[in-house]
Amino acid sequence: MSSIHLESVAKLWGEARALDAISFDTEPGSFVVLLGPSGCGKSTTLRLIAGLDTPSSGRIRIGEKDVTNLPPAERGLSMVFQSYALFPHLSVAENIVFGLRVRKVSTAERERRLARVTDLLGLGHLLERRPSQLSGGQQQRVALGRALIAEQPICLMDEPLSNLDAQLRGDMRREIRALQQRLAITMVYVTHDQVEAMTMADRIILLREGRIEQVGTPDELYEKPRTTFTASFIGAPPMNLIPLEHAGDGWRFAGTDSRAPVNVTSADGLVLGVRPEDLVLDDRGPLAATVVSVEFHGADSLVAARVGEANLLIRVPRHAHFEAGARVRASWAAHHQHLFDARSGLRRDG
Amino acid sequence: MRNGAVTGWLLLLPAAALLVLFTHWPIVGSVWDSFYSTPKGSRPPVFIGLDNYQAMVADEVFWKSLWNNLWFALGTIPVSIALALAMALWVNSTMRGRTWLRMAFFTPTVLPMIAVANIWLFFYTPQYGLLEKLTTALGFGTHNWLGSESTALACVIVVAIWKEAGFFMIFYLAALQSIPPSLSEAAALEGASRGYYLRRIVLPLLMPTTLFILVNAVINAVRMVDHIIVMTKGGPNNATSLLLFHVYQVGFSFWDTGYAAALTVVLLVVLAVAALGQFVFLDKKVHYQ
Repeated sequence: MSSIHLESVAKLWGEARALDAISFDTEPGSFVVLLGPSGCGKSTTLRLIAGLDTPSSGRIRIGEKDVTNLPPAERGLSMVFQSYALFPHLSVAENIVFGLRVRKVSTAERERRLARVTDLLGLGHLLERRPSQLSGGQQQRVALGRALIAEQPICLMDEPLSNLDAQLRGDMRREIRALQQRLAITMVYVTHDQVEAMTMADRIILLREGRIEQVGTPDELYEKPRTTFTASFIGAPPMNLIPLEHAGDGWRFAGTDSRAPVNVTSADGLVLGVRPEDLVLDDRGPLAATVVSVEFHGADSLVAARVGEANLLIRVPRHAHFEAGARVRASWAAHHQHLFDARSGLRRDG
Repeated sequence: MRNGAVTGWLLLLPAAALLVLFTHWPIVGSVWDSFYSTPKGSRPPVFIGLDNYQAMVADEVFWKSLWNNLWFALGTIPVSIALALAMALWVNSTMRGRTWLRMAFFTPTVLPMIAVANIWLFFYTPQYGLLEKLTTALGFGTHNWLGSESTALACVIVVAIWKEAGFFMIFYLAALQSIPPSLSEAAALEGASRGYYLRRIVLPLLMPTTLFILVNAVINAVRMVDHIIVMTKGGPNNATSLLLFHVYQVGFSFWDTGYAAALTVVLLVVLAVAALGQFVFLDKKVHYQ
């Protein structure tokens, strides 16, 4: 088991700043997800840890060792690529043991480890096949096998599930998480899919435009988003953000006459955040909205509505029936209410 | 279904007609003519069986051309392929001026054969040629490179390599660029050296290209004639006479068309055997994506 430490790591591509002096530490044996929209620097961070690129400034340590200038092979890690990067002319077995052959591991040891990995991943019947003869899910398993057979303390994954269909993605999510816990590997996992991050991670590092937006457990990011960006990125669907404006000594929802149940003073504007699942249809609720459409998901429905200029989603159990244009009112529990500063986007407590 | 087949054949017809007219029929014609004597004036060709082939066995220039061609092939093919691969690997790396370098390597292919031959003719010219200037400046004696039997074939081989390598490089370059960079990264993570990666991953993935280039190189080696005509005319003393040049001489200088047809048939058989051998033996080792 190894920990990873980044100290003010920056990466510049010419003038463009891909990473802006980010620092974080990971616990040995933990599952860390680098999450963010495309172009946020998450893949760059992973490639810097792997040693496939070198940072423009800053240090990277793995365990106690400074690896900033070490080649990838000497960092004690394995990696699963988004495209799997399987060698097309080699059989599944040869793909998996490629690294062992490079390191001249004895035949007996190679066979033993191959048997273990194929057992673990259920690849036994595919060993003689070529990658082109495998389905996407099977290729992904082979890539995983090649990473696991190295028995390195750290495994890096770059959006490994993005090429799979939804059903398989769900299965592989559980499987990868289970493997990571069973083998006690330190896993750094890059994804833009917040569902993957929420379901798998011990800790999520949310990145935005080359900076760390928030670090925390899935619970922390969900329950206490530090910024409107986190609020709008975590959760499916994400949190409703409704701008408020001054109304006498209180606040009202921007562009409406309804007063908001908020008693916080602020010179700038405020943004009220409530998750769709925390909103309850309530005829005496403070929030008045106009229904735009209803999306039926089976277990629940998402009612899309408008409050002044803002869009709103309300999660309602089973199939909700509303005409477009219908007026609804909603309420929420006080502890489900989040407030953000309109200018800075930062969370306001109290 | 029936209709589909008819449409299919109709679509194939234009290409098939051209192939039959300009490729298959001439082959059949050559084989046919090779069993007949050469028509002269009022005397029509008569069937003479294998007489033309018997004459060939006794023809010293034919045997000389065959051997020359073998040496020519052995001299040009491996070197031009190796050079092409080396150049492609070089210009595929990220560095400044690689576009310029790619163009420079490819230029010999674009130049017309006659011009190329004339440029090299100047290089090899005795006394005031470029090569002579270089060797005399370094203190070596003068030498008539194209004019002596011992060096003429080697000189022609060098020109052919110079002309072919850049052309083959383009195919290797295209193949190299179709290999995703993540493969080299995956190999680097596993600790594979550049040499190991080249040997175990790149070369096997280039095998389809190598096979294609090899077949082309063999065909080019056997049908080489233009350089020879411009530079040496087969001389001195047939030292640079190649098979197709011999066919050309017999057919269009001596107008012995019957014998030329027999020589052409032999040339075709040599090519067919070479191509067949390459496909049968190498195809098993080639991985197609």
